[in-house]
Amino acid sequence: MKKKKLGAHLLLTALCLVWLTPFVLLVLQSFRGESGGQVAYAIPREWTLDNYAFLLQPESGFLRWFANTLTIALFCAVIQTIMVLSVAYALSRLRFRGRRLLMNLMLVLGMFPGFLTMIVLYYLLKLFGLTQGGAVPGLILIYTASSGLGYYIAKGFFDTIPRTLDEAARIDGATRFQVFWRIILPLAKPIVIYTVLMAFMAPWGDYVFASYVAFGAPEGYNVAVGLYRWVNTTDYQGYFTRFCAGGVVVALPITALFMALQRYYVEGVTGGAVKG
Amino acid sequence: MKQLLSALRRGDWKTRLSFVVMGFGCLAHGQWLRGLLFLGFQVVFILYMVFLGGDYLSGLRTLGQVETTRINRVTVYGDHSFLLLLYGVMTILFILAFVYTWAVSIRQCHTAQQLSHRGKRLPTARDDLASLLDEQFHKSLLALPTLGITLFTVLPILFMVLIAFTNYDHQHQPPGKLFTWVGGENFATLLTSRETPVSFRITSATEDAATLTITARNGDILTAATDDLAAAQAAAALTRTGEADFSLTEQPGGWRFEVFTPDGQTVSFAASTVIAVETPSYAYTFRQVLIWTLVWAFFATFLNYFLGMLVAMLINQRGVYLKKLWRTLLVTTIAVPQFVSLLYVSKLFAADGLVNGLLLRWGWITQPLPFWTDPTWARVTIILVNIWIGIPYVMLIATGILMNIPADLYEAARIDGASPIQTYTHITLPYMLFITGPYLLTSFTGNINNFNVIFLLSQGMPLSLDLAGNAGATDLLITWLYKMTVTDSNYKLAAVMGVMVFVVCAAVNLIVYNLIPSVRNEEGFQ
Repeated sequence: MKKKKLGAHLLLTALCLVWLTPFVLLVLQSFRGESGGQVAYAIPREWTLDNYAFLLQPESGFLRWFANTLTIALFCAVIQTIMVLSVAYALSRLRFRGRRLLMNLMLVLGMFPGFLTMIVLYYLLKLFGLTQGGAVPGLILIYTASSGLGYYIAKGFFDTIPRTLDEAARIDGATRFQVFWRIILPLAKPIVIYTVLMAFMAPWGDYVFASYVAFGAPEGYNVAVGLYRWVNTTDYQGYFTRFCAGGVVVALPITALFMALQRYYVEGVTGGAVKG
Repeated sequence: MKQLLSALRRGDWKTRLSFVVMGFGCLAHGQWLRGLLFLGFQVVFILYMVFLGGDYLSGLRTLGQVETTRINRVTVYGDHSFLLLLYGVMTILFILAFVYTWAVSIRQCHTAQQLSHRGKRLPTARDDLASLLDEQFHKSLLALPTLGITLFTVLPILFMVLIAFTNYDHQHQPPGKLFTWVGGENFATLLTSRETPVSFRITSATEDAATLTITARNGDILTAATDDLAAAQAAAALTRTGEADFSLTEQPGGWRFEVFTPDGQTVSFAASTVIAVETPSYAYTFRQVLIWTLVWAFFATFLNYFLGMLVAMLINQRGVYLKKLWRTLLVTTIAVPQFVSLLYVSKLFAADGLVNGLLLRWGWITQPLPFWTDPTWARVTIILVNIWIGIPYVMLIATGILMNIPADLYEAARIDGASPIQTYTHITLPYMLFITGPYLLTSFTGNINNFNVIFLLSQGMPLSLDLAGNAGATDLLITWLYKMTVTDSNYKLAAVMGVMVFVVCAAVNLIVYNLIPSVRNEEGFQ
């Protein structure tokens, strides 16, 4: 019995090593002083902070990208949460004509690839000057406008709150709005935090929409597009270690935030998976 | 519909007049807020249709006829197909909204009539506003999201579905050029193989040498040079009926063509150079990409599912220390933004990456391993890297569910002498599958559309000469769609692809919906 558990611990240690190695390597590379692209050794021969210092220079563009992404993420966190929770609550706890129809329509819409809409949206955004340099408000609009479609997980959560609560409050004379605001929402704190967390994190990783909307205008990039260009189109050899530094700077706060709120994330995904 | 008819039959003159003047009945009964809103909407609609909508609708028929031209260095703007189609779709949506509102207005006028007939108090404007937070609360909640979805999803999707039936591509780009309706031509391009009769044509000939243009069965066009003029002429003669076929084999110093007809005549000759002029067909490429998309989605979903479940069970075992630490460490791949982790891993496995670098330095290999350059290697690498990304999700989900399995089930199994494997296949797995049915479904369709993993790791590379439209061996339908849009400006085929992705997802959903009961169970917990 004792021996078997030793095996399990060894296996877990090995797994975690594999899982973390790329991140450790990324951090090591970000401190590498030797120039050039990738090298055949993991630990830098010369340690430096130059790569991080480069990020702080205005001409690198990184600060601008970071600010862009942060702005987008903050706006998304607010607007998207309102959208998602509204839809989820209405579909979960209110009964009205056309509810099933609406849910089926949204299911069908969700099966079209999101990028398909981009050609038209780009055109519309361009009309209002919300592309290239003005990509930040444009992207906020794109991310949030249709975000009501992603209501499933929040609805799954609302579904699990007992209906007797609503009924008791209704008998006491509360309006449906009061039931939502005073009774259900305070109970739904985990799913609110989950929704905010997801809405805040998504813009940090989006490449496809951001690159299309901000095409050719570095001042409109988000971090994903900017750093992608550092490793894939411009002078890759010179920018590799800087990419690593940028990656660390972006990943650290996001990872920390995620870890801090991990409990809510777990609650969200497990609830969503179980209840659809 | 029934309500409209009964309103027409039983309504008084106020209700009947509401069929023409929207909201008249409400106004006549003192519901000024509703009445004015309906009337205002009608006025806006009529003005819109008279001044703009009519033109937009008629523009839909041809998508424009006057091209933009330059006369004496002055650009004379003609029609703009893109805008005509866009405004046309908007107008249709607006008309639908109007018809719906019209029906609602008549119903409300009729209700107002019935209520006042029975001597009941009609809801006033104040009541109407108050009801938006009570009986009509769903309208307040859904108004903004629905508007957003209509403008940013429904309108663009309708537009793009229509684009699939036009010839909008880089040769037909407004405002310079027009595009127009072509019916199902694009679907035919993507779905049916080209079948052309084989033909050998001599394009130039000297005394003893000839250049040939050859059309193959699948539509490819080859050019070849040969020293054997007589044989080339014979081949040209054989293929004139359109029934002949040919084979092409490589041989020392060049190539050998063999032309044969169904009735047994053959001609063969050697060619020094053979150049394939045309890219392969979209139909073939589409099939290849579709197959890989499904294979990928299958592995990405189920491999992660089973491995993730195993890891969860490993950590869940009694006697394993530091459960929380293991989970937290594994979850880092969810926390770190994918463009950081995946881009770095993509570089890690590159030809000049650390993995190849170390293996070379240790002398285990003499050539860099072709992680991203060989089709099979690239596909396997992607699936493996995706395990790294995907296991933690499944592990988190599985952990909670596994702990919910009633312990007495396991107890009973143990007493009956079941082996661990039997316990797993008869208790754990069925329970997990039942509970996580919806997750598996969303995960499968999510993987079909998993742009990030493919694009950040391999960009769909390696490219292949066998595939059309810049498609590579690891391209999914969705990344191919992206390339068609961004690189090729081939909007018409991109639109068809979008429709095909929808068809695939819908098919998967329908099948699963009918197989797994827990997907349907909406109110089980209420």
